[in-house]
Amino acid sequence: MSFLSNLFNKRSSAPIARDRLQILLAHERMSVDGSGNQDDLLAKLHREIMEVIKRHISVDQDKVQIKMDRGAQCSVLEIDVEVPGLTDRLAKKDDKDKDDKDKKD
Amino acid sequence: MAKVLVVTSGKGGVGKTTTTAALGAALAKTGQSVVLVDFDVGLRNLDLIMGAERRVVFDLINVIQGDANLAQALIKDKRIETLSLLPASQTRDKDALTAEGVAKVVSELRKKFDWVICDSPAGIERGAQMAMHHADMAVIVTNPEVSSVRDSDRIIGMLDSTTEKARAGEKMPKHLLLTRYDPQRAASGDMLGTDDVLEILSIPLLGIVPESPDVLKASNLGAPVTIAEPSSAAAGAYMEAARRLMGEDIKVTIPTERRGMLDWLFKWRAA
Repeated sequence: MSFLSNLFNKRSSAPIARDRLQILLAHERMSVDGSGNQDDLLAKLHREIMEVIKRHISVDQDKVQIKMDRGAQCSVLEIDVEVPGLTDRLAKKDDKDKDDKDKKD
Repeated sequence: MAKVLVVTSGKGGVGKTTTTAALGAALAKTGQSVVLVDFDVGLRNLDLIMGAERRVVFDLINVIQGDANLAQALIKDKRIETLSLLPASQTRDKDALTAEGVAKVVSELRKKFDWVICDSPAGIERGAQMAMHHADMAVIVTNPEVSSVRDSDRIIGMLDSTTEKARAGEKMPKHLLLTRYDPQRAASGDMLGTDDVLEILSIPLLGIVPESPDVLKASNLGAPVTIAEPSSAAAGAYMEAARRLMGEDIKVTIPTERRGMLDWLFKWRAA
């Protein structure tokens, strides 16, 4: 039975394991050596990008999603920032206008 | 009510991480929400077994130190929607696991999930202690082999003395999961029997997982065996164990030698 299942099985698992390890270890060696501490680089990038965004809008930390995909050729750092909706801002503005009016009255 | 479960053993290489992944996925498959927490700071591997190694951004230590919030550090499984992973840090050392920090993270996880499964590092040091500290119940992974049984006994002692539950004077429910069970050697009497191990450790049996190439294959692929090879005997044993953890009263399947037709034929010809 085993040779039959080998015949019909698409791909053995060892090459997949080897590919996964090669990518992972290439990244880990970079960060452990200290030569190009990649984990720190990511943390730094994230922090500085967030600082710039915060300068312009107030962001709820819970509404920031950070995703990562490390690849052999390149990695992708994805930062999803939920910008407060236009309606929220308008509502706040209305409230403010109202307050201003109230003060005037 | 959320349950915090620690997967522990004392000895290394007996199958804690494999078990954490396989049990977690089995529970999540039934619709329960499950988070797997890797406590092996500095030598993490649960991310690799789960196939999430390329997606790790933040880890348990980042959350403890406030560099990231929990939602940002959790990695959602791509195959099962109700399954998440909180990886350990690869670069920091174990001292960063503070008791208060771990307590805060575990109590936050309790609010979000039905099951919090803590994958303990080998040994009896800080990492292992922190992994078991807040547990409501424990799965002790043991191989039918003398040094593993001895180390399990030591860990059982720690579960009954150093954990929060023990200090509150409560009893910690413990379950034995026998892994790497070899039916052939069991039949020939060259392996500690299930009854022997149960008698020595005297804790209830959660399941018997046979030694299986499917487990290795699953780890190569980066998937829990209960996802990668759901029809294998090993996955069956984990699925059974998960049902038992959820309170079902089912009989433990004892793995038997399963031979294909060709094996029989070759045996007969060789004779």
